[in-house]
Amino acid sequence: MSGRLLKRRAKRSGSKDYDHILEVKDVHLAFKGVKAIDGVSFHVDDGELFAIIGPNGAGKTSLFNSINQVYKPQDGDILWKGESLSGLRPNKTAELGIARTFQNIALYPHMTVIENILAGRHVRMEAGWLAGSVWWGKAKTEEIENRGIVEDIIDFLEIEQWRKYPVGLLPYGIQKRVELGRALAMDPAVAGMNLEETEDMARFILDVQDELGIAIILVEHDMGLVMDIADRILVVDFGRPIALGSPTEVQGNPNVIKAYLGEELETAP
Amino acid sequence: MRGRPLLYTSYEGDQALLNTWTKKTVFGLMMLLLILLPLGVVPGFTWAASNSWMLVFSQVSIFLIAALGLNLLTGLAGQVSLGHAFFMGVGAYTAAILGGPEGPLWGLGLPIWVWLPAAGMVAALVGVAIAPTSFRVRGLYLAIVTLGLVFIGEHLFRNFDFISGGSQSGRAFPPFEFKFWKEETPLVDFSTDGSWFGVELSSQAKTFYLMLTIAVVAGLVAKNIQRTRAGRAFQSIRDRDVAAEITGVDEFRYKTLAFALSSFFAGVSGALFASFVGRTIPEAFGLALSIEIIAIVLIGGAGVVSGMALGSLFVIVLPLLVLNFTEWLTTVAKTGDGIAQSIADFVVATSSFDPGLISSIPGVSPGLNVFQVNQVLYGLLIIGFIIFEPLGLFGIWIRIRNYWKGWPFTY
Repeated sequence: MSGRLLKRRAKRSGSKDYDHILEVKDVHLAFKGVKAIDGVSFHVDDGELFAIIGPNGAGKTSLFNSINQVYKPQDGDILWKGESLSGLRPNKTAELGIARTFQNIALYPHMTVIENILAGRHVRMEAGWLAGSVWWGKAKTEEIENRGIVEDIIDFLEIEQWRKYPVGLLPYGIQKRVELGRALAMDPAVAGMNLEETEDMARFILDVQDELGIAIILVEHDMGLVMDIADRILVVDFGRPIALGSPTEVQGNPNVIKAYLGEELETAP
Repeated sequence: MRGRPLLYTSYEGDQALLNTWTKKTVFGLMMLLLILLPLGVVPGFTWAASNSWMLVFSQVSIFLIAALGLNLLTGLAGQVSLGHAFFMGVGAYTAAILGGPEGPLWGLGLPIWVWLPAAGMVAALVGVAIAPTSFRVRGLYLAIVTLGLVFIGEHLFRNFDFISGGSQSGRAFPPFEFKFWKEETPLVDFSTDGSWFGVELSSQAKTFYLMLTIAVVAGLVAKNIQRTRAGRAFQSIRDRDVAAEITGVDEFRYKTLAFALSSFFAGVSGALFASFVGRTIPEAFGLALSIEIIAIVLIGGAGVVSGMALGSLFVIVLPLLVLNFTEWLTTVAKTGDGIAQSIADFVVATSSFDPGLISSIPGVSPGLNVFQVNQVLYGLLIIGFIIFEPLGLFGIWIRIRNYWKGWPFTY
């Protein structure tokens, strides 16, 4: 683990004057009568690995999009370090420190791995286009400095050999890693992740949590892996929360069993 | 070459504009070639020093500037615009008002260092005003909106005849000359022959140097924007706009910036184009001009700065080839014999009584005239490149390079 990434971890863990870094309070989101989220509440603490699971269409991605302010919930509130996020544009949530990956990878396919991760540094860079257009002063030093940070991330994710490839040409698993890299480049305090069918990603996600101290919200529709790595789990079904607690608590919850396995028949045939 | 050419020892070296030995050499040689070209001393390129070729290369440089602008907007930020000719027109008439000769039409007679930047600036402001439409409509719909812009522009230019001189006679545009203010004899004059640093140069060669300088500066600026923060923001909006917003790119801000920058390039190019031609009518800034610039971007390779140079060279030289080819066919049709004569006679119209596909006779055209043939060719080339080689001439170059990289193996 290289120095620059750790240094930023130290910067993050400064004084703390809030209860939870992210708090979702009774959020309701409906699309013309279709209720996507129906009264979900939870909170995430610093450095925690929080998982949201639920069958397809349970509203997991809608929750992510609500936290990012891509969707505007009709009711309820989402608090970041105790302050409401509502009314902010999505790009402002990035500045605050919320990063995420997407269910269907949303990288920039025509840009190289380096450029994709550098694009993630956008929020942490300051130089304007005018300085950039002449490759002068702050723009130049900033580009070179951030190129170094990108190299640390490339090193962390072990994607050195793909550095200069356009991302669109890379295999799925590598693209997943690059997307994680782009999220890390944003210097987030909380990162939302999708974990679909890539178990080797779990290793990187645990590293991100352990070594960089970034809180993670993991979205998954399969129970297996999440049970092993998550600190706490929220189970949603049809937009409603049906269980919240540690993996063992959730596992034994009758509602969860019902949602995943269906209703048990009253009488065996 | 010794050592390992791709071994970088600093991030600065890796991020440099010319980060390989080959790029440095090729760029250096190209610049040297372009500087020596008008002197007629480059072996194999002495023909290019003729006045007519100097004019052609000046025009290539001017169109290159416009294409660099459209490339920023369409190639990088992904906002399809058919309205580039409109912004060029805005630039041209701004230049005309500020720098044009005083007379019956509006003209303040100000020097080039006022009217050239102002042309870009005013066009950029108009671009900022147009940008909000791109928040509401995308893709093809934006193309239609910007298409409307061209027709509105043409109509306005035609009717503001106290500025444009109307469609009959057009108006005179400011000449290429450098003055401090309105003094009688210009400090540097590009419109007469003369000697610079002891070298005799024609006015065409001088003009070429001016256009080349501006085009090279524009190219460097465009490339620098592309490889720094703003350029990546543009490209991320093009590739995935939702992801771009979530990674912190302010979509409104960067779409507006893309329109502004693109229009700035267009304005500068339009002003240079009008002054280069000398006297222009409002119809010059019509859809055909937009199509030409789009052809450059698509043929050169959308999003590739160096591709724009190839594209403009191609698109400007193509009509000349068609013209020469038609003339050659006409002579064959008239004086040749055998099967070649019959084919040539079928293809070209040599008189109004002899129908053919192409006509070289201005005014009397039983077939398509050379201009129309060019339009058809642009269309075919655009379709062909989009289907077979989306990266344009640059893509073809990449394929050739990759072939030789692996040679004699297939991969």
